[in-house]
Amino acid sequence: MVDVPYDAIADIPPAEVAEVDLYHPKSWWTQYVFSQDAKVIAIQYSLTASAIGLVALVLSWLMRLQLGFPGTFSFIDANQYLQFITMHGMIMVIYLLTALFLGGFGNYLIPLMVGARDMVFPYVNMLSYWVYLLAVVVLASTFFVPGGPTGAGWTLYPPQAILSGTPGQDWGIILMLASLILFIIGFTMGGLNYVVTVLQARTRGMTLMRMPLTVWGIFTATVMALLAFPALFVASVMMLFDRVLGTSFFMPALVEMGQQMKYGGGSPILFQHLFWFFGHPEVYIVALPAFGIVSDLISTHARKNIFGYRMMVWAIVGIGALSFVVWAHHMYVSGMHPQFGFFFATTTLIIAIPTAIKVYNWVLTLWRGDIHLTVPMLFALGFIITFVNGGLTGLFLGNVVVDVPLSDTMFVVAHFHMVMGVAPIMVVLGAIYHWYPKVTGRMLDDWLGKFHFWVTFLGAYLIFFPMHYLGLLGIPRRYHDIGEVAFIPSSAHTLNAFITVVALTVGFAQMVFLFNLVWSLFKGRPSGGNPWRATTLEWQTPQTPPGHGNWGKELPVVYRWAYDYSVPGAAQDFIPQNQPRTTRAAQGSAP
Amino acid sequence: MAVAIILLLVAVGSVLFHLFSPWWWTPIATNWRYIDDTINITFWITGAVFFAVIAFMAYCVFRFHHKEGRQAAYNPENKKLEWWLTIGTAIGVGAMLAPGLIVWHQFVTVPADATEIEVMGQQWRWSFRLPGKDGRMGTSDVRNISSDNPLGLNPDDPHGQDDVVIESGDLHLPIGKPVKVLLRSVDVLHDFYVPEFRAKMDMVPGMVTYFWITPIRTGTFDVLCAELCGLAHAQMRAKVIVEEENEYHAWLEKQQTFADSSGRRAVMRATYKSGGE
Repeated sequence: MVDVPYDAIADIPPAEVAEVDLYHPKSWWTQYVFSQDAKVIAIQYSLTASAIGLVALVLSWLMRLQLGFPGTFSFIDANQYLQFITMHGMIMVIYLLTALFLGGFGNYLIPLMVGARDMVFPYVNMLSYWVYLLAVVVLASTFFVPGGPTGAGWTLYPPQAILSGTPGQDWGIILMLASLILFIIGFTMGGLNYVVTVLQARTRGMTLMRMPLTVWGIFTATVMALLAFPALFVASVMMLFDRVLGTSFFMPALVEMGQQMKYGGGSPILFQHLFWFFGHPEVYIVALPAFGIVSDLISTHARKNIFGYRMMVWAIVGIGALSFVVWAHHMYVSGMHPQFGFFFATTTLIIAIPTAIKVYNWVLTLWRGDIHLTVPMLFALGFIITFVNGGLTGLFLGNVVVDVPLSDTMFVVAHFHMVMGVAPIMVVLGAIYHWYPKVTGRMLDDWLGKFHFWVTFLGAYLIFFPMHYLGLLGIPRRYHDIGEVAFIPSSAHTLNAFITVVALTVGFAQMVFLFNLVWSLFKGRPSGGNPWRATTLEWQTPQTPPGHGNWGKELPVVYRWAYDYSVPGAAQDFIPQNQPRTTRAAQGSAP
Repeated sequence: MAVAIILLLVAVGSVLFHLFSPWWWTPIATNWRYIDDTINITFWITGAVFFAVIAFMAYCVFRFHHKEGRQAAYNPENKKLEWWLTIGTAIGVGAMLAPGLIVWHQFVTVPADATEIEVMGQQWRWSFRLPGKDGRMGTSDVRNISSDNPLGLNPDDPHGQDDVVIESGDLHLPIGKPVKVLLRSVDVLHDFYVPEFRAKMDMVPGMVTYFWITPIRTGTFDVLCAELCGLAHAQMRAKVIVEEENEYHAWLEKQQTFADSSGRRAVMRATYKSGGE
């Protein structure tokens, strides 16, 4: 075959939307504090989310101390235990994971990966962070108000959440609801940005089906969040009215501690529908970015294209859509109409199919790869194990009648920690090891990273795998002390103590990680622009860390998909997305 | 190499833990053995998938980890393989869903001869009500609740007068008779939870929920609350005693009816008032 001279760029359609002028900061304040640069906002989001996440981590230690050694620690009583579980859950799910994946990774990676200079609405993007910070401050303030934070459980089920038998009835619940409302306002401003940026600001040649799966995951999750959070918003507003104004949206006629209350006509189950209409998509709002990111980690570090890219994209979109019709599987024993069980069990188990496809494609990407066991790859492997484990136990809880004995037991706690706690955190950590060099220009220490991985992964597995069996035995969740129960053998208490010791050890490993983050910032090995020899655009920036506007004078042009690893006949084992093809039938036959 | 072995050990260890750990469900005391069977089917199918995926992953790490000169294969897609995996997964999912739905149908279909009883939850104790000689329970409303009438029975309903009300005692059930357990709450969500029964359901103020069981084993069982209901959630306890029919009737004879207790209370109140005035 003769090499015909070939003008690669002629085949690329021009960009649909012209470039817009960037906002250029005029002072230190507008550059580093009230910044409109998505990269700075991303770091602000990440640091804030991590800070409040550390609070939630400490709360989990306190909970584990109580569960492992009930009655030993006089500073933890039933009251505080309920407050700890509530704040731990709410912080981890919303203020840490959602904010970190979308506000943190979304802000940093979307513009860089699609070849944009910034988000399309930088000012709104900045506001998004400051409203989020306010939401976090309001949430944290509940630790210091009279009565303390609410102890209603992170699900905040009424009537309990606003009655006096629950801790934090004075200010805790009011501020919690206010904080959620703020969070949703802040998120909506950021979320609109991410969606419009992906749809409108992709660089020339970056078709949707050439986007890295990271962007697909974050994009789909953001669309879902924009549709799901309004349900939580209205539920929060209505409950706030029930608590403050004495309305009865969720409050039926009831008697509290012998006193007839003035409520009447409301429905506690309505709240649960609204909550889970948000709450189930929320699981995937956390999971889809993780799915996307881990796909790119595996592909890059196995030096192999992601297997079945198109199927992976459709699986993400399909899971996103299906996740809106499964919510009531959280409510099989709520007292809703029993016929619902047939519908929601069916939809829930159907969602297992696209999810399983993703798992198969991850491990098939490893097959015949060139697997570099770097720290990000180790975390990706840890993710697959914990996600498969947690996903499969979801088939127990999703299958309506199987859920009946297991619901509200430690089985549920173990399941959701494995699948939406440990698994996404594995991805977050892997992603930090992966992209830290791009953000700082330095590598994280490898030895500390491996130590961190093994303690975290094996420890988390040892915490949550046996916990399923405590639930199978029948131990209910949200008990600060199980007390004397005939069916619980003393060996169960030993297991609880064991879990606590492991949990504290895993907690210690996170301190090592924090040390690594700070130490490497100053002393880490300089990374260069593309230390992992990756194909995606963020590694091809003219400067590392990327400068304001990301790309220097010219935007990159994209000639190929994101996964041209180990292309036969190519000089290197990766071809960046912005490297022109040399012939029309070029290397890398894929999109 | 070491990484592959550790990954494999995680899979093997999980299976061994499942087979040999001392923590397993409580011996069942009702007809819901089908639920246990469905859980077992699910364990087998998911366990096989779990082991296969992790073992395959460990093999890949062992066989394809980076060595000088190794080059990864380039195969973007394999339609046939992807379809087969999809179909196989769908079959596995169906094998769990079908028995699940069949058993759920049984679970929500209450037999016609089931006796109705009522459990009421309030912060933080359980009360019970059994139909009297007429075999029917009277109506109730949360607005009727007062210190004389803690369950809110309708004082004008003749069916309610002979209802047996157990305010702070244990619930007795006869063995082998299907029971429809009606669930009410006066304040917040509760959940009547007896692990050995397998069945459970939330109790929601403002509505009546239910589940049904047929006790198949005599014994004394702990009642716990499974839906967070506030500060003393963990202390909300009672006992259910399943016994032979004759023992059950002997126990039932000794219980007070609504008419008894409200009559007695009225007398007490009258005495107290006249004494006080």
